[in-house]
Amino acid sequence: MTDTPLLQLDGLTKGYPGVMANDDVSLSIAAGEVHALLGENGAGKSTLVKMIYGLVKPDAGRMKMFGKPYDPTDPHAARTAGVGMVFQHFSLFDALTVAENIALGMENAPKMRELSRRIREVSETYGLPLAPDRTVGDLSAGERQRVEIIRCLLQDPKLLIMDEPTSVLTPQEVEILFKTLRKLSAEGTAILYISHKLGEIRALCDSATILRLGKVVGHCTPSETSAREMAEMMVGNTLQTPVRAGKTPGDVVLELKNLSARSPSAFGMPLREISVSVRRGEILGIGGVAGNGQDELLAALSGETLSPRGTILFQNSDVGLMGPTMRRAVGILSAPEERLGHAAVPDMSLTENAMLTGAAREGLDRGGLLDWRAARDFAKRIIEAFDVRTPGPANAARSLSGGNLQKFVIGREVLQRPELLVVNQPTWGVDASAAAAIRQALLDLAENGAAIVVISQDLDELMEISDRFAALNEGRLSEPRPAQELSVEEIGLMMGGSHGMEVAHV
Amino acid sequence: MDLSAINPLLFVAGFLVAATPLIFAAIGELVAEKSGVLNLGVEGMMITGAICGFATAVETGSPLLGFAAAAAGGAALSLLFAFLTQVTLANQVASGLALTLFGLGLSALLGQGYVGVKPPRLGDIDFGPLADIPVIGPILFTHDIILYLGIALVAGVWVLLRFTRAGLILRAVGESHNAAHALGYKVRRIRTLAIVFGGACAGLGGAYISLIRVPQWTEGMTAGVGWIALALVVFASWKPWRLLLGAYLFGGITQLQLNLQGAGVAIPVEYLAMSPYLITILVLVILSADKSAAPASLGRNFHASG
Repeated sequence: MTDTPLLQLDGLTKGYPGVMANDDVSLSIAAGEVHALLGENGAGKSTLVKMIYGLVKPDAGRMKMFGKPYDPTDPHAARTAGVGMVFQHFSLFDALTVAENIALGMENAPKMRELSRRIREVSETYGLPLAPDRTVGDLSAGERQRVEIIRCLLQDPKLLIMDEPTSVLTPQEVEILFKTLRKLSAEGTAILYISHKLGEIRALCDSATILRLGKVVGHCTPSETSAREMAEMMVGNTLQTPVRAGKTPGDVVLELKNLSARSPSAFGMPLREISVSVRRGEILGIGGVAGNGQDELLAALSGETLSPRGTILFQNSDVGLMGPTMRRAVGILSAPEERLGHAAVPDMSLTENAMLTGAAREGLDRGGLLDWRAARDFAKRIIEAFDVRTPGPANAARSLSGGNLQKFVIGREVLQRPELLVVNQPTWGVDASAAAAIRQALLDLAENGAAIVVISQDLDELMEISDRFAALNEGRLSEPRPAQELSVEEIGLMMGGSHGMEVAHV
Repeated sequence: MDLSAINPLLFVAGFLVAATPLIFAAIGELVAEKSGVLNLGVEGMMITGAICGFATAVETGSPLLGFAAAAAGGAALSLLFAFLTQVTLANQVASGLALTLFGLGLSALLGQGYVGVKPPRLGDIDFGPLADIPVIGPILFTHDIILYLGIALVAGVWVLLRFTRAGLILRAVGESHNAAHALGYKVRRIRTLAIVFGGACAGLGGAYISLIRVPQWTEGMTAGVGWIALALVVFASWKPWRLLLGAYLFGGITQLQLNLQGAGVAIPVEYLAMSPYLITILVLVILSADKSAAPASLGRNFHASG
């Protein structure tokens, strides 16, 4: 490591109306250093890296690269200066090929044939197999990320920014990624790594900076700090781990028999012969990499897609041909993954959103007329019980932060006393304390006798709350196994995480 | 009924002419839609181009100056659309419909003094001996320069979209404006340029009707060609060559039904008149059965954050 830091940030400040996204943030990164940026949602991590990448202009403060002033006006300037970024939500174009996508992110893209050759070269050097002529829309999440990484690598970056890179990867894919990152770091590339996953940060990063509400609240060396300590620095107070009481599952509530379903969307995954049962008081965790049938399974269970007679049995009666409203009436409730637009209507108030799924079970409509007072009371109950931070039930769903809206959406279903609750990605993009609250609510619900199906890509979450674990792969569901006796390797294999396994052993 | 009255050579040469306004309007709209902008104002930009071109040609005596003015007129009107949708972020569908209504009204106003006037004619290109080749000569080599420009434009757009970096960036903006913005591309500027190109093309198409196909000015003379162009872009799956094929098919059947009417075929005129629309749509629906989908950001406004 050299004495002059590769990148030095000095007092960076950026405010938006009503919030200070970054307040006097300073940090420095040396060449070859893997530096973690930690913080809850809304702590200002994304704003900070956007400033480094030239997407956002700081209100105050200075940046220096190798001791010289660095002031990128746009991403082109940042890339020219040697900064590469891999985005949290991939900045890829589905309808274009791998090579075209990469060309778009380069300053001096060579001719397509030459570019394809260089893509192959880099992908072999770093163990990231990728065919340049494939359409990105057909790639898995791990492969998509490789496209982004290779795009950065082709420009010989001095600093690589990675925003939540592992949230969509199988454990095996994470291993491949870490191998690549370690190799890059050994070659002198600095890496700024943003993640919620403290275990990964402890395994990968040399140093860490922790942000809370836009301010730097501490630095630490991850390998010498426990995950719990780091989490508490992020949250600012002590963290409660969800507790589960020992319990014995009751009668079978839900039984799927050879359930197959075609996907409603062109890029979706059909369900293939899924058979599984869930008992009263039990949480079945379903893992798997995104796009392996999660959305389709939720749709089949919630009633958004209907299923043939005899494939879905609920308390021994056939519900396959019932739509969502009828299923809600008998006690099958669900909360889909997409908060804005699927689980909640963004421009409607919380009261209206409460009315939308709660009408039948909470008696919010009488003979076709809506009882707004009851709906408002129901919304208020959700807000209170789940500590949803909002001025009141008249606010639009869109105005809530992701974590708060998620608490509202899950709370709305939990308070309707479901017999069976199906949730997809219950804590996606939600910060640690809100996630803990949601998980605790699910555990309590199971305690009180409901059957719960949790579909998630967060393995730590599934291990924490599920009684049994099964994995979705290509629309097939593996045999469920008791969660407590599974190792991470076994889970990876269940998830079919064999993408690029050959490389993992190089 | 006397089918021998139809001269096959004149018929084919005629449908090349009938298809040209459609080619211009549709190829311009294709570029705009590839950048993610749905401009329903094609009809309005065409009719504005038709009167701008007609008036300029009459006043200056030069049809080529007329075409230049038509392109400028269409582009100017499209700038209004660009301002509404890219700057004030107004709804694209509503803005496009307003543009069509506005263009129809504006052109009627501008054209009040030009009804019944005869415009100067644009001569055909002299291909010399090529025009004397039997069959091919009269069909292919007896046209004005604008018709060839239309075909060249289709080829040019195809090359642009397929082989150039500018075309790649254009498609990228139409696929995902957020991703394109994250990579540092100026989404609004690129879209504005595409909208203006579409406006200029629509203007040229309109002037081709008023200066060559019909040569005269009447109110509302584009008679829905702009809407056919919009449909053509969709059914051609945003592919330039397929668009050319669809335009020729439409032009061909239009010409054929006119000839059939002239020959006194015993089918009611209304059926003949609707046949080009029906058959074109039918054929293109069958062609567009493959998966090639619309630009993913089509019709969605881009709000930059941060």
